[in-house]
This record gives sequence, C-alpha cells and structure tokens, in this order.
Amino acid sequence: MTAEIEHDDINDLHTEPMLLNMGPSHPAMHGTVRMVLTLDGETVIKVDPEIGYLHRGFEKECEHATWTQVFPYTDRLNYVSPLLNNFGFALAAEKLLEIEATPRCNTIRTIMGEVSRLSDHLTCVGAGSLELGGFSAFLYAIEGRELIWDLTEEVTGARMTVTYARIGGLKDDITPDFADSWRVKRERLLEIIDDVDKLLTKNRIFLDRMQGTGIISQEDAISYGYSGPCMRSTGIDYDLRKDHPYFAYGDIDFDVPVGTTGDNFDRYLIRMEEMRQSIRIIDQCVAKMPDGPVNCDDPRVVLPEKERVYNSIEGMINHFKIIFEGIQVPAGEIYSYTEAGNGELGYYVVSNGTGNPWKVSVRSPSFYHMSAIHKMIEGAMIADIIPTFDTINMIGGEIDR
Amino acid sequence: MSKSDIKKLGRKFRKVVLDTSERLGMDTALIDKDAVREILEYLRDEEKMQYNMLRHLTCVDYLHRDPRFEVVYVLYSMSNKTQVVIKAAVPEDDPTIDSVHDLFGCANWAEREVWDMYGVDFKGHPDLRRILMYEEFDGHPLRKDYDKQASQPRVELRKTERDAIEEFKTFHKQQPEQGSRS
Repeated sequence: MTAEIEHDDINDLHTEPMLLNMGPSHPAMHGTVRMVLTLDGETVIKVDPEIGYLHRGFEKECEHATWTQVFPYTDRLNYVSPLLNNFGFALAAEKLLEIEATPRCNTIRTIMGEVSRLSDHLTCVGAGSLELGGFSAFLYAIEGRELIWDLTEEVTGARMTVTYARIGGLKDDITPDFADSWRVKRERLLEIIDDVDKLLTKNRIFLDRMQGTGIISQEDAISYGYSGPCMRSTGIDYDLRKDHPYFAYGDIDFDVPVGTTGDNFDRYLIRMEEMRQSIRIIDQCVAKMPDGPVNCDDPRVVLPEKERVYNSIEGMINHFKIIFEGIQVPAGEIYSYTEAGNGELGYYVVSNGTGNPWKVSVRSPSFYHMSAIHKMIEGAMIADIIPTFDTINMIGGEIDR
Repeated sequence: MSKSDIKKLGRKFRKVVLDTSERLGMDTALIDKDAVREILEYLRDEEKMQYNMLRHLTCVDYLHRDPRFEVVYVLYSMSNKTQVVIKAAVPEDDPTIDSVHDLFGCANWAEREVWDMYGVDFKGHPDLRRILMYEEFDGHPLRKDYDKQASQPRVELRKTERDAIEEFKTFHKQQPEQGSRS
C-alpha cells in the first residue's frame, strides 16, 4: 500500500520542460546561430536550430555580377579556408567552358588548397580546445594559423579575402621562393601539430568531453548528406580527392583517415591526421612542381598580357570585352564538387550564355551538417552541445551564404 | 555505370521521364513533378543503383520559360560512386511538388531553403518555415522578378515569442518516443 502511494507521489511531481535560448549572442554559437532548446533538467529533449543571421544574399549578388566578379564573394563563404572556395568555383566555371587548367596551375591549386585546409583544421581544433577550457592548445594552433596566413599573404597578397583563383588559371604564379618559405614553415607546423597533439589527445578533461558525445550513425550520416571529416568519422571513407580526383590529386600519394564511432573525438583525431596528410601532399607537390604557364591559352577567358593591352588594338579590345561584358560562358548547367575543409563543397551553376551567371547555388557542407545536429544533441547534456557544435565546424558564412 | 542507370530509368519510367541527357558528363533526367517521390525512391532502393545520398537540392527560376521553375535533385551512390541529376519542372501557377524529407533526411532543410528562396511549396513537409530569411519577409528573394534592391515592410514588434514548449507538448502527445520532428 505504502509503495503505491509513494509511486503516485512521484507521478504527481509536476515537472515541465524548460525553454532556453542559446545564441545568437552566445560565445559558443559564434554569434551566427540561435538554438531554441527544450530542456529536462540539463538534458536536451529537443533542439530547434535557427540559422540565417549571417545571410548576405550570396546567390542573388552572383546573379548580378560577371563570372569573374563572383570570386570575391566566394572568399566570404567559408572565411577560414577561402582558397578552397575560390578553386571550387573556378573548377565549376571551367567545366562549363570545357577548358582545362594547365598542369602548373593544377599543382599550385592543390598546394594552396591544402594550405587552406591546414588553416581550417587548425582553427577548428584550436577553437574547440578553447571552448572546452584549453587555452594553451588554442594559442599553439593560432600560431600555426598565423604561419599559414603569412604564407597565403606572400602568395596571394591577402590573408583572408584572397580572390586568388581565376577562370582558367590564377591571379598570379606562386612566389619564386615559395619552396624555401614552405620548408621553414612546415617544420614549425609539424612541431605545433605535435604540441597540440600532446596537449589534447591524452588529456583527461578533453577526453571526457569529447569521447562518446555527439555521435552520428552511418545511416544518418548518409541520409543527411554528411561529408568531409564528419562523414569519415563514422567509418565511411568518402573523400572526393580520392574518389573523383581533380587538380593534381590523382598523381599524389596520401591517406584518408577514417574513424570508427562517429563521435566528437573521432572527428578531432581525423582533423589532426588530415593536417599531417596535407603537409605530405604539399611536400610532394612542391617537389614535382611542373614548369610552364599558370593560365591556360584561351583568349576567351584569360586576360591578355598588359604589354599587349597597351600596345595593340586587339589586346585592348580583348581586355575590354572580358572586363566589361564578362567571360562568355556557354549555356548549360553543371554540378561541380570539391573537397573543402568541412566536406563536399558543391556549386550548381547555370549559365544562359551571357557574361553573368544565371544561377550559382552553393552546396555548403556546414548547412547539411547543421541540418542533422538534432540527431547528435537530443538526449545529451547541454555541455555536450559545445564540443559537438565545434567539431562539426559550423562556419556561419558558409551556412547562411 | 551511371550512363546505363539513367537509360534504365528512362526505360522503366517511360511515361514520366520526359528527357535524358549526358551533357558535360552530367547524367540528367527531366521528370514529371508528380513522379518525383516514386523515382527518387526507386533510385535509392534499387539494388544495383543505391543512390542513397542526396547531395544537393535546389531550384532554378527560368523566368520566361514555361514551366518556370525546375527543382533539381543531385543524387549520389555511395557504393557505385556515381551521380545522377533529377530535374522536375514546376509551373508558375501551381508551384507545388511532393516533399522527399522522409526518403532523405537532408531534404528537410534543403526544401525549407527552396521554399524560402523560391516559394515552391513542398507537399507533406512537416515544418515548412523560412530558414534563412525571417518569418515576416515579404516575397521570395531568389525569384528573378524579385528586385535586388527591393525594400521590405517594417516589421512590428512580435507580441509573443514562438512558444517552443507549447509546440513540444502537442508534439510530445503525438509521438512520445521521438524527440525532434524528423
């Protein structure tokens, strides 16, 4: 009898879920995402992520720009690895134009793409450690990122908004002393990666927060269109650089790290290993850098030499036409994809045969990662949101466009 | 591999596959919009194809063409490593198409984005809210007839916040086992 009464008492205890707004002005939400959480104590029952705080109308702006003018906009998609976005769009436009970049251009794109990937992963790992209270690993990672941005600045002239790619080539060749500069920086980068590794990988606090949290299953990962480190953490070796080689990846030897459980710690480990692989890729590319021009020999898309522009009427007209009317891309549509820092960066580009793209639609990896965040967060504690949100590496510029 | 898939699809669904093309190495099928669920489900579950990943879902507005919109599904087969593109034409006077959110998880947000940007209504979608724009936004910004410089009406202060707890309670009664909407 008493047992029954006690049981009823417990049932009568009136509890109800609590609503909590997390973000957009919350340090862990990067100022760009708001999460409406329904909580039962500290357990998340339901999450409703709200995005769009950083929407700048990328696609609408692209429709009103010439093909070349799209490049500065792509810098601002994933602002931690702008070069990869640049090259992705250049590849899409080149596929529509049915032209091929020169071998030297492809090798430089591979190098600079991997340099950008290093900066993306270092930021992700460093910021992740910072958000879990590990300030020293963050400082090491940011030192590494500074080295990379110095390197980027040497080559492109800017640190973040680089606009380095052009359709059919590049803005410029890499610097003559790039190989020396890289040799110095890679030593320090390897040291930094080892230091971060030592600080975090066996750190008890870090392990407790990362292991077994934010798990996504293989089925969900495929169904929600995961890619990049998030997809590979579940054990699926989906890497576009291996599966559909582009640029110079076909001739390069590198490994694709794969996880087993799909949790935060796996994603962290994959990023750490990918950084070492990126350095390996750059080393190989620097060693066998082909000679020759960086821009392809196609007057439809590549600006003429300045000497010809100022000294001949044909050169002047050619220059004028490309700048004012834009590159005339034949009508058609293409879905072009590359492996960006976070995963598959796709461009669905439609041309109607004029100098302006009819449509540029971006398939940003973060958008698809965020769309399944409820699968990782629901049922977990509030504190697990922070490492999960970090290891999927949500980039506001990419998700909101 | 993929080339034969698109031909096979054309043969199997002769009535609803209106056109196929392999231009620029992209296997594309233009289909009748009413058959979109049937075809995507077939492509996903057919043993030899297994197009189990929806890479991208978007929409293109061809302003002066009839039908005006084209909803584009880029599908990828993880086992065969091939890709097909399915396009469904959607007319301007009836901008609706069936939702595929239960076939591919990521279609949920992608369809919300297409609704937000183009105003294509996905029938059967559980939660068709705006995603990048705010709720009070007037019009659909990526339509070609939406002016780039168009101004928006002033938004009044909201009287109440959207009550997620109330929403959760009604939801919880229907499906107590499940947390979120999908």
